This record gives sequence, C-alpha cells and structure tokens, in this order.
Amino acid sequence: MEEVKLLGFWPSPFVYRVIWALKLKDVQFDYIEEDLSNKSELLLRYNPVLKKVPVLIHGGKAIAESLVILEYIEETWPQNPLLPKDPHEKALARFWIQFGLEKMRPIHQAYFPAIGEEREKAAKQYQEVLKIVEDQCLGDQRFFGGETIGMVDIVYGMLAYWFECMEEAVGVKVIEPSILPRLHAWVNNFKQVSVIKDNLPHHGKLLAYYKTLREKLVSARSTLPTPSNHDAS
Amino acid sequence: MGEEVKLFGVWGSPFSRRVEMALKLKGVEYEYFEEDLQNKSDLLLKYNPVHKKIPVLLHKGKPIAESAVILEYIDETWKGFPLLPKDPYQRATARFWARFVEEKCMPALFNCTVAEDRKKAVEEAHETLKLLENELKDKKFFGGEDIGFVDIVADFIGGYWLRDIQEIVGLELLTKEKFPKLCEWSDEFVNHAVIKECLPPRDKLFAFFRTRFGSKS
Repeated sequence: MEEVKLLGFWPSPFVYRVIWALKLKDVQFDYIEEDLSNKSELLLRYNPVLKKVPVLIHGGKAIAESLVILEYIEETWPQNPLLPKDPHEKALARFWIQFGLEKMRPIHQAYFPAIGEEREKAAKQYQEVLKIVEDQCLGDQRFFGGETIGMVDIVYGMLAYWFECMEEAVGVKVIEPSILPRLHAWVNNFKQVSVIKDNLPHHGKLLAYYKTLREKLVSARSTLPTPSNHDAS
Repeated sequence: MGEEVKLFGVWGSPFSRRVEMALKLKGVEYEYFEEDLQNKSDLLLKYNPVHKKIPVLLHKGKPIAESAVILEYIDETWKGFPLLPKDPYQRATARFWARFVEEKCMPALFNCTVAEDRKKAVEEAHETLKLLENELKDKKFFGGEDIGFVDIVADFIGGYWLRDIQEIVGLELLTKEKFPKLCEWSDEFVNHAVIKECLPPRDKLFAFFRTRFGSKS
C-alpha cells in the first residue's frame, strides 16, 4: 500500500473533513502538523499554488483543497462510499456542498467578526441560509447522507462542533433549537458518530483559539479609518 | 430514447455555454430553453428553487443546477468524449484547477471592473493568470491534446468574454506579452470545431458588454 500523509493544522475544520473521510474508509495515514505562521518546506513543495492545508500526499503525489481531496479519497478507496451511487443523487450532494461554499462563506465572514447589533443581524442572515439547508437538504433525515453520514455531513461538519465555539466567542447563537430544530438535532447526532466523536480537536483549546482569532479580527476593524459599517470581509 | 435532456440557459452566460459545450462534445441531443432573467419562467423557479439561476439541466425529468455539478453529471452519464481523465490523481488535478479558475481567477478578473484601486486589482488578477499559464505549460489544452474539464470551466477566459470586457473597460489582463501560452490556448479554444459552435454570437456579446460597462476608452 502506498504511503498516505496528511498535512494539517489542528483547529482547521477543513483538515478534519479529510481525517474523517480517511478514518471512515479505514485508510492508514501519517498526520503532520503544520505551523501556518512558519510554513514548512514540505507544505510549500506540495501546495505551491495556494500554500494551504489540508494537503493529502499519496504515493508522493500531492492533492490540495479539501473538497478535491474528498472526491479523490472517494474514488481511490471506494469502500464505505460517502457519495450516493445514483448520478442524480450524487449531483444533489455536490450541489449542496457547493451551496455551503458559496452561500455560507460570505455570511460567516460577516458573522464571526461582527460587533454590537451587527451580531444579531448577521445571525439572522445565517439562520435564513441554514433554514434552506435544513428544509431542502436535511429534511426529515437523520443525516444529510440519510441513515448514515456521507460527504455532505462531513463538509457541513464545521457546524456541528467548531461553530459552537465561534458562537460562544461572538456571543450570539445561531443554531437555536427553536429556530433550526432539525439542524440542531443533526449537530448532536453527528457528534455521536464514533469516527467523528473520536476525531475532534480539544474543545477548550478550540474555544481559546477562536476567541483570540475573533479579538484580532475585531481590533483590525477598529483601526480602519472608515466608519463601522465598512465591510470587513 | 425517452431520456429527454433539456437545458435552461441564457445566450450570453459562460456558465450555461459550458453545459452546451459538454453536451455537444459528447454528441448528446438536447432541447434548449432561453431564459429571460428579468422575467424568470415558472419552470426555472420550479427546477432551481434554491438559487433561481441558470444553467439548469433536466434529465429524465430531474433537475441539476450549478454548472460544475452539471458537468460532472454529464461526464458520468454519457461516456463518449470524457471530460475528466480516468486516473484519480489526474482527476483531482483537473478539479483543483477548475476550482482555481472559479474561485480565484474569475473573481479577481471581475474585481478589476469594479475595484477602486484598479492597479492593485489588475496585479492580483495577473498573479492568478500566471499560475494558470504555468499549469498549461506546453499543452495545447488543459485537457491535453483535446478539450477537457478545465478548458470548459475556463471558457470565460478562453472565449470572447474576457477579451471583450478588457477591450471595452480598457484593462490589460490577458495580454500576449505577459501570457503567451494562455493567449495561444485561447485561440485554439475559440477555433475548436465544437467549441466555436457553442460560443455566443460575437457582435451581440460585444454590444451587450458595451451597454453594460459603457464605452470608456
């Protein structure tokens, strides 16, 4: 079997997508922690274009971008499939993965460094987008993948654990059980899946990391010469 | 065959043209419906309720939205003229560069038309084009000897869209001096027997952009 290595960064939800996919398929790999403030020669060699983690190295060949890595893992190790077999169902899964990327990212960038009343406004926008995901993707299913987790669950995994720490740092909750009941239930179900439960960063450390990160982002905003409604994203 | 294929698109959109390129390269018969985005049809709203955007592909009565998702679906459903390579590592490389075009190149290029600091925006766009040029190397197409997934996703750059916008707005983005390989690729792209049938009418596109961006010299 060819060697599999994963270059990662411990707080990154993108890195954990890859960890979960590999573990779900029982693929052995070596994990290498990167210091992103001092990028290693290995990282710069294997992801010269974007210089980011995660990077998967399989038999000496490097693959970057978590969503690309997930598709590679799915095709290379077909056991325990993460995507549906039916082409239309597969296309729907990819659609929702793309939705998360395009719709959630700008809202998240507005929410995380938000201060004062902006926080409630950003949280509401977030809830509107998540309501669409809850209604049209999750529906009455236990997981996005149906009875068991699939690629969409893995990609949305950030919401199930990292997001709680972010909500605590911001001070305004988004995934309220009264507003997003099924998504809230999914969060709890997802965290109970054994591969997920056994592969999560330390909660206390993660919370401290996000609190520090948010402080940096917020103070960077207040040094801007323009008024506070300047878009910081 | 009873496996009707329908495509909802807009004549000037590089996103819906991508889907047409893929279908034509594979010789798939389809029915095309032109959408008026100012007055969206009931069918579009029914088949893409989440985004209400084109393109939408309808196959066996089921809709698929998002052009890159549609391309993957087409490639898996009709095996003739594969768009993605067979080897998983090469497929990953193609998907990486397709994402790079969508998520880095195109936003950087669009930004040049609206940014206050135009010089900086152009520099950033050039950086993305340089990386793309380096990836092309001496290949005729990103797909190798013939058109592939990345070529199609990069249609905005290879086709007339970017050329027209840069001429009308007065930007030096894709130039022969800086990007000789990409320019050569772009010429191959627009002259490819199948692709050229899929590009929007030149005059109509130019006129559209001139109205949209004004004729600043």
